[in-house]
Amino acid sequence: MDLDAVPQEGNRTHAGLRKAIYARDAQGRMVVAPSAGWEVEEIVTTQAVDAMAAEAEAARLRVQQGSASTLEYWMSARRMDVPLLAQSTGLWQWRVRRHLQPARFARLSSSLLDRYAQALGLSAEQLRHLP
Amino acid sequence: MTTASTALQHPFQHRHAAHCESGVISSLLSHHGAPMSEAMAFGLSSGLSFAYLPFVKLSGLPLVAYRMPPRAIIKGLAKPMHARFRFETFRSPEAGRARLDALLAEGRVVGLQTSVFWLPYFPQDMRFHFNAHNLLVYGRNGDDYLVSDPVFEEPQRCASADMARARFAKGVLAPKGLLYYPQDVGRRQPDAEAIRRAIRKTCRVMLAPVPIAGVRGMRMLAKKIESLPADATGSAFIGHVVRMQEEIGTGGAGFRFIYAAFLQEAAALTGRADLAAFADRLTLIGDGWRAFALKAARMIRGREALVPPAIAQLLRDQANAEEAFFRDLKKATA
Repeated sequence: MDLDAVPQEGNRTHAGLRKAIYARDAQGRMVVAPSAGWEVEEIVTTQAVDAMAAEAEAARLRVQQGSASTLEYWMSARRMDVPLLAQSTGLWQWRVRRHLQPARFARLSSSLLDRYAQALGLSAEQLRHLP
Repeated sequence: MTTASTALQHPFQHRHAAHCESGVISSLLSHHGAPMSEAMAFGLSSGLSFAYLPFVKLSGLPLVAYRMPPRAIIKGLAKPMHARFRFETFRSPEAGRARLDALLAEGRVVGLQTSVFWLPYFPQDMRFHFNAHNLLVYGRNGDDYLVSDPVFEEPQRCASADMARARFAKGVLAPKGLLYYPQDVGRRQPDAEAIRRAIRKTCRVMLAPVPIAGVRGMRMLAKKIESLPADATGSAFIGHVVRMQEEIGTGGAGFRFIYAAFLQEAAALTGRADLAAFADRLTLIGDGWRAFALKAARMIRGREALVPPAIAQLLRDQANAEEAFFRDLKKATA
């Protein structure tokens, strides 16, 4: 890639961050140049971010319909899945999965609630409600 | 040769880099009296690679790596630079924080492995649960750490509670609070023999006779892509591959360009003009990776029909080009 081909299209997922890219200058030397972003990166990042946002919205709906606990919403909102949340809390995956059921979640002890809240970067109070 | 005592005499210099680990370690070595470019750190540690790990899942999709595993760059520099690095992990965030503060109080610059998700200075859309990010902490101001994150043009700040969370995130490649710093750096510059060995090692990895690594890994991934359905699942998979390539870390093309920069530097250092010619050739291969990403992105966006076999073919072309390149490079450095 030549220096004048370094993408400067901008990338809204980067919020102004410029990445360092190596490119060839007029003398054929590889030099570092800041890049304002490439459309390709924006497309694939947006695809992933949108998928996670859709997941969180679906979880919000399920919570409102009473078929999921607020834990499921917050797990999605924090871009986590059950294996990661289980590892972050030190609980078995099957326990985490059970706590996604609203009835079981409502009966959780305060120490378990704190553990989830800690892993998700929330207060226990926030965890019990949708934002 | 140099330790914290000499490092103390000059202020730390932040540098913008294309890749976090090579950026961190080249800054760290330069700070300790062995001036080193990011490209040299990357090439000398044989950082270039390719691996397709279908059994390691990130949010349900396989890991595709365009470089060696985390820490390989740092460890790979120990021998050629006659350096010793100290790595420390911790059981508890409290212990990790106390040790980091103690090292900073000694005037050291400390490397950390962190999660990207919990670093508040990252743009929201870039915050994924990716645990193998590297950054340097070079001081403290009140409750804030002064952070030299090579991905950013300017130094950053991070509150200590956020840093603790990022250092002790769980999941794939959990950092366990890992911190590292050089104890001793024995050489100021690598010699020609070390560079030759490093190049040969990269050739060996890229041509390795295992199905998931190097050019064979690319072909295995191509086969997988070929069999994808032309629907949302296929689109998500291809998007993931491109994202692993271009967004997380530096990108498949980006790593090829860094390695080309290394080959140019190596040509100048060893007086071998043929290495510069290899650099030009690798730059063209890097352009091929960019064309691959562009084609895939256009299909994901729906600007052209999603045809997974066409993507697979581009990937095979890359594998063929890299195979020929590394075979020739291996012969040249025999």
